[in-house]
Amino acid sequence: MTDATNSPSTGPMLSADGTPLKKSLQIALRRQKLRALALVAPLLLFVLISFIAPIADMLFRSVENEIVSETIPRTVVALEQWDYADGNAAAPDDDIYAALYVDLSEAEEFKTHTRLGSRLNYETTGMSSLLRKTGRGIGRMDTDEYTKQFEALDSKWEDPAVWVAMMQSPGIADILPETASAWQSWQRIVANKNDVLAEEQPEDFIYTMLYRDLIADPATGLAGYSGAGADMLWAADSAVDGFEAISLREQFLDIDKDWADPQIWGTIKAFSSPYTAGYFLSSVDLQLTPAGIEPQPENQQIYMLLFGRTMFMSMVIMGSCILLGYPIAYLLSNLPLRTSNLLLILVLLPFWTSLLVRTSAWKVLLQQQGVINDILVWLGLVSDGDRLVMINNQFGTIVAMTHILLPFMILPLYSVMKTIPPSYVRAAKSLGATNWTAFWRVYFPQSVPGIGAGSILVFILSIGYYITPELVGGTTGTFISNRIAYHISSSLNWGLAAALGTILLAVVLLLYWVYDRIVGIDNVSLG
Amino acid sequence: MVSTNTDDGFVVFDGVQKSYDGENLVVKDLNLSIAKGEFLTMLGPSGSGKTTCLMMLAGFETATNGAIRLGGKEINNIPPHKRGIGMVFQNYALFPHMTVAENLSFPLEVRKIGKAERETKVRRALDMVQMGDFGGRRPAQLSGGQQQRIALARALVFEAELVLMDEPLGALDKQLREHMQFEIKHIADNLGITVVYVTHDQTEALTMSDRVAVFEDGRIQQLAPPDELYEQPRNSFVAQFIGENNTLMGKVEKIDKELAVVRLDNGDLIDTVPVNVSSVGDRTLVSIRPERVEFNRERLLPDAHTLKAEVLEFIYMGDIYRTRLRVAGKDDFIVKTRNAPDQRRLKPGEVIEIGWRPQDCRALDA
Repeated sequence: MTDATNSPSTGPMLSADGTPLKKSLQIALRRQKLRALALVAPLLLFVLISFIAPIADMLFRSVENEIVSETIPRTVVALEQWDYADGNAAAPDDDIYAALYVDLSEAEEFKTHTRLGSRLNYETTGMSSLLRKTGRGIGRMDTDEYTKQFEALDSKWEDPAVWVAMMQSPGIADILPETASAWQSWQRIVANKNDVLAEEQPEDFIYTMLYRDLIADPATGLAGYSGAGADMLWAADSAVDGFEAISLREQFLDIDKDWADPQIWGTIKAFSSPYTAGYFLSSVDLQLTPAGIEPQPENQQIYMLLFGRTMFMSMVIMGSCILLGYPIAYLLSNLPLRTSNLLLILVLLPFWTSLLVRTSAWKVLLQQQGVINDILVWLGLVSDGDRLVMINNQFGTIVAMTHILLPFMILPLYSVMKTIPPSYVRAAKSLGATNWTAFWRVYFPQSVPGIGAGSILVFILSIGYYITPELVGGTTGTFISNRIAYHISSSLNWGLAAALGTILLAVVLLLYWVYDRIVGIDNVSLG
Repeated sequence: MVSTNTDDGFVVFDGVQKSYDGENLVVKDLNLSIAKGEFLTMLGPSGSGKTTCLMMLAGFETATNGAIRLGGKEINNIPPHKRGIGMVFQNYALFPHMTVAENLSFPLEVRKIGKAERETKVRRALDMVQMGDFGGRRPAQLSGGQQQRIALARALVFEAELVLMDEPLGALDKQLREHMQFEIKHIADNLGITVVYVTHDQTEALTMSDRVAVFEDGRIQQLAPPDELYEQPRNSFVAQFIGENNTLMGKVEKIDKELAVVRLDNGDLIDTVPVNVSSVGDRTLVSIRPERVEFNRERLLPDAHTLKAEVLEFIYMGDIYRTRLRVAGKDDFIVKTRNAPDQRRLKPGEVIEIGWRPQDCRALDA
């Protein structure tokens, strides 16, 4: 034992050998802690990789929008100066077309313009084909006129080595900003082709940028320039005024007239930032247009409907699980152990059957030529002509999912009811309560934690259910999860899928919170 | 068997039988009459049928045969909630989701008693068990003893004339249990209610009851006030079940109405009161209470039979001395003596002579 008298109030408690008690306790517990950690580690790692990381990735994807600013960075910057105003605005001027020209020249090499097209196509239809078409046409623009005119002026402009030397000169980026910027792209293009920079003649867009640099505001910087190719630049500077000018705007319009449409540019501008609320807006039937946030067109508003339907149907499924599960659980908990174990196995039996088999079985039972309809017709309750439609609609989904999720209601209910001693109800009866009062005032309140646990389980499971609604839901019985799956695997709009998933997650957390406030999560018991 | 007048009691069991499986009787021909205001305890080992009897009275079990009457009215077919019997359960059965006051007001609510009157009655009941300040608490916030008081108050609040208690003190520690025994007894006496109390603790039964019914094997073995039960057990089961008891085996040598001489298995002769032996030659189990054994020759009658005994062990227990002796070949013979200034302490190895008054030694069935 520690000699407590050596420092009862001053300083830390010491152990027998003089080390502080806290420290020796830590050392004593360290092995234990490490052991515990080692035991937990595999699962922790698994959860981290397979659960936490995907969720984090999903949350990130729902707002991530870097593709626009990465693919066409210059255009994004140039568009900052341009304002979209109610669709009446003029399409942007040549500067922006020039920026787009360089951006797309690089993107075309890397084939990223098609991905950009798919991304923007979610927002404005036609963007995908527009960008593909432009990608194909960008190499055939008339900008080779500039190349020819520079070569005519001085044949050294053909020499890649001259270009390399010139673009490596210090200060060139200040004098020829657009050319230098385009040169960066050129370097990447060449590197991508595994060619040597000094052996490849630059493409037309470099000459175009050079022309634009020289014609724009040449005098000041160029006069003091003394690096490589200075004389060539001076000569070109004085000559460009006489060059034949090519309108890049016209070139783009030649490829596709849509490039004159301010709507196209507005979309690019609206989605130019690296993070966007666009996916979330789409998830709630709004859209981010160049003019601001607007509701989706009437015929495209489906997500709020689907969210509402998912909530409503999950509630109905939860409710019917309570109604069907409560009596079963009550029976189970009041039977002798042998019998109740047997019945419990019957409750669990569906777990041992494939989900697909169970769902398909419902199809067999409920379809119009199915067992139930046949029996009804045979009994004469329904005429052969108007057999009931019980599958591929909400009814089918509710029936099948109630069946599938019922054990998740029964098990928590059973385990809670098992712990309610029969003496409570007896006490209530001896105090004068009728059977119903004893049940309702005494037994039922104590089974509420089980109802709570079962309801949370069933509701959260059903809100994200996919297979059953997909198989028996038809068009009116599908859930939001089916839409998410569609965006993941068919439309490949992962951002929207992620936003929908995030909203679903938020709704579940919100409900969980509300439940905690109303019922109290401590009252949830799984037994 | 007990034969009581089964017609004028407040609670009457008339030839009641109970079977769960149709093959074995758990309660065999129970006849019992409980007077109004009486505190009757059903005492017995587990499985003796005492709880079944209580449950039949409360209405949670149905009698297979026979009649149960309450206040002259047969209640066999009246459901529990219409019997108006208060009940205290072993685990208290306080409703965990209600406060103490709500628990108490529950039986009043189901009787459709007005709010003001309910509150008065709840307050009075809480005061009666000295728990007046605890109305707003939940049962889980109370100690075992406090829960016990509340359970008692709840059984009394609707002014039941009959209160059943099913081992209500079983979960309490010894000191609290003893305290509660007196408290329950006092409350029952003050209110003049009839109590049927079930326990397997014989001390509890002796200290609280007006009469005790000792159950074994589905029958009442003896129904008597505590002193009679202790001092004049009617058979060997009762003698051994109630209190500590020395037993010796032997054969009846001589018998008349007041006295039977028994020859023990080792040949010694002792004087006994014949209880349920009838003729010479019967095997008998002789029972003597440890505190009635005397080893001071002067206090015995001059012609009393005595036995030789060897002291094996002396245990000091504070208020009493407990001495283990070897008597007539058995080495579990106990003698209890009071720790008094003039009391002699026996030493192991000592050989003494012991005896007793003949009326303290009872010859019972073997």
